[in-house]
Amino acid sequence: MGNHSDGSPNHSGTVATAGQNEVEKFQDPGLPPHRLRLADTDPKAAKRAERQVAVLFGTSVVGTLIFLVAYFAIDLGEGAGIATIRLQNALLGLGTAFAMLGIGTGIVHWAKALMPDHEVSEERHAIRTEEDRQAAVRIVDDIVEETGIKRRPLIRNTLLGAVALAPLPAIAVFGDLGPRPDKKLAHTMWAPEEGKLKRLTRDPDGTPIKASDVTLGSAFHVIPEGLNELHEGKLNEKAKAVVLLMRLDPASLKPSAGREDWSYNGIVAYSKICTHVGCPVALYEQQTHHLLCPCHQSTFDLTQECKVIFGPASRPLPQLPIAVDNEGYLVATSDFKEPVGPSYWERDEHERSINS
Amino acid sequence: MKALSQKRRHPLAVIALLLMGLLVTGGLYAVATTVNEAKASTTSYSASDTAEGEKLFEANCATCHGMGASGTQDGPSLVGVGAAAVDFQVGTGRMPMQMNGPQAYKKPAQFNEEQTHQLSGYVASLGAGPAIPEEHLLDEKGDAAAGGELFRVNCAMCHNAAAAGGALTRGKFAPALADVSGKHIYEAMVTGPQNMPVFSDANVSPEGKRDIITFLKQIESNGSPGGADLGSLGPVAEGLFVWIAGLGVIIGFTIWLTSRTS
Repeated sequence: MGNHSDGSPNHSGTVATAGQNEVEKFQDPGLPPHRLRLADTDPKAAKRAERQVAVLFGTSVVGTLIFLVAYFAIDLGEGAGIATIRLQNALLGLGTAFAMLGIGTGIVHWAKALMPDHEVSEERHAIRTEEDRQAAVRIVDDIVEETGIKRRPLIRNTLLGAVALAPLPAIAVFGDLGPRPDKKLAHTMWAPEEGKLKRLTRDPDGTPIKASDVTLGSAFHVIPEGLNELHEGKLNEKAKAVVLLMRLDPASLKPSAGREDWSYNGIVAYSKICTHVGCPVALYEQQTHHLLCPCHQSTFDLTQECKVIFGPASRPLPQLPIAVDNEGYLVATSDFKEPVGPSYWERDEHERSINS
Repeated sequence: MKALSQKRRHPLAVIALLLMGLLVTGGLYAVATTVNEAKASTTSYSASDTAEGEKLFEANCATCHGMGASGTQDGPSLVGVGAAAVDFQVGTGRMPMQMNGPQAYKKPAQFNEEQTHQLSGYVASLGAGPAIPEEHLLDEKGDAAAGGELFRVNCAMCHNAAAAGGALTRGKFAPALADVSGKHIYEAMVTGPQNMPVFSDANVSPEGKRDIITFLKQIESNGSPGGADLGSLGPVAEGLFVWIAGLGVIIGFTIWLTSRTS
């Protein structure tokens, strides 16, 4: 039991006023006076608290029953709609919540309202004695002596060698996280195969797109011809090759030198992979000709060859050079002239090799 | 009064007040944004429809769109936009425009079904353009799975994967698609209103559009099987909710755990 003071405010605090050099010593104010609870003095209140605890435990029982009834009585078999699933989900959740909360709150309320609440002071043990320290040193010395590690350098050295070598297999395994992508990131499926130019096809069904299909103001989501026929790595290839195809008034496009023949009658194709961190940029505003990236709001201006006009992206979106084949379908005349997507370590090197 | 002023200092009073405020704001907003929708039943126009439409146009639209809908510097020419564009813009209340701004807002329709029909007839007579879709494309009996794939490829980047809408640049936004009639969804796809790109029949086939509408109506009627969807706005809304409500509950419990019983 602690020292129950009278609870009067302690005036001998540690506050020192200016010019007063001698600080009064802080006096232990002791514990505040013990205050009896209603349940300690009034048997009726104690009875009431008892009933409250019982009700809380009862709630837990009801919760468990709700869970069991919801689990077994609600039939999710044939013909059960999504409303039934929602009902069962809700009841399972509520049942579990009541079952757990009822026990927890009941125990806490029981402890707070009915169990003894007298204050107890526990004195701190002395932290360490010199004898304990000496005993510990003796134990360590004994261990060193008994293992004989000082006398047997062969054992010591082989142990050090073994411990030093043991992590090497783990490091060797890291090699399997590779191999380095090398030039995979620099090329996409748009590169012509055996002289045959790849057609632009619709995502997801892969049907080719005629130039006449692309009306003013429309936006097509495009994948390269043959993507859907890939057996392996389809998503990896798609992630690099997706393109957004749009038609603008040809007068609003101002192609820079060398890009004059990359569009067809105002139809332009740009990589959909943001140059910032690779989110799909496909929010096209057909009146302002802005392309917005939903992740970090990088905004690209289509009339300025997708120059970045807002946001964290540092490079314009790569443009895919397109033309029309003799059947009127849109084709890519070459791969992108730079690696698509965000920066990576060897990107500059790859860009130079593409354009050399 | 004394009882009230005592309860005012109750630790739960702040929470109760916050909840009340949120409920009232949400309720008022829900009431204020409810919009009634017009539905036209037929897509053929008689000569009198066109004539009546012309009168309506001259009285209500010509200020901005010019006489004969040839356009002025305040509004674009409507020659060749087709009946679908008029039915969408007027039917959803976006036109006549409330005020100049980044985007025309959806609001209660200013013209009734018949007047909308007459206006569409007039504009359709000025030049060929997308027509109001036929009933069989709006029956919501297409392939919802195929529609879902088309939606995720073509629409979800702006309109959100759960069609809850999203922000665009400089005050523009893609609206939520719940409670939009199938006809208006179809018309928006073929005409590309405001900054939405056009999804012509060469891009997404009429059957594909039917599938998309089927998908949208299906997710709308299914609701959210996991409980409250918090507007389907994704991790930010959900995170905010957990931070405020979840941590609030935990803090409430810790306060209760450490408080003395009376």
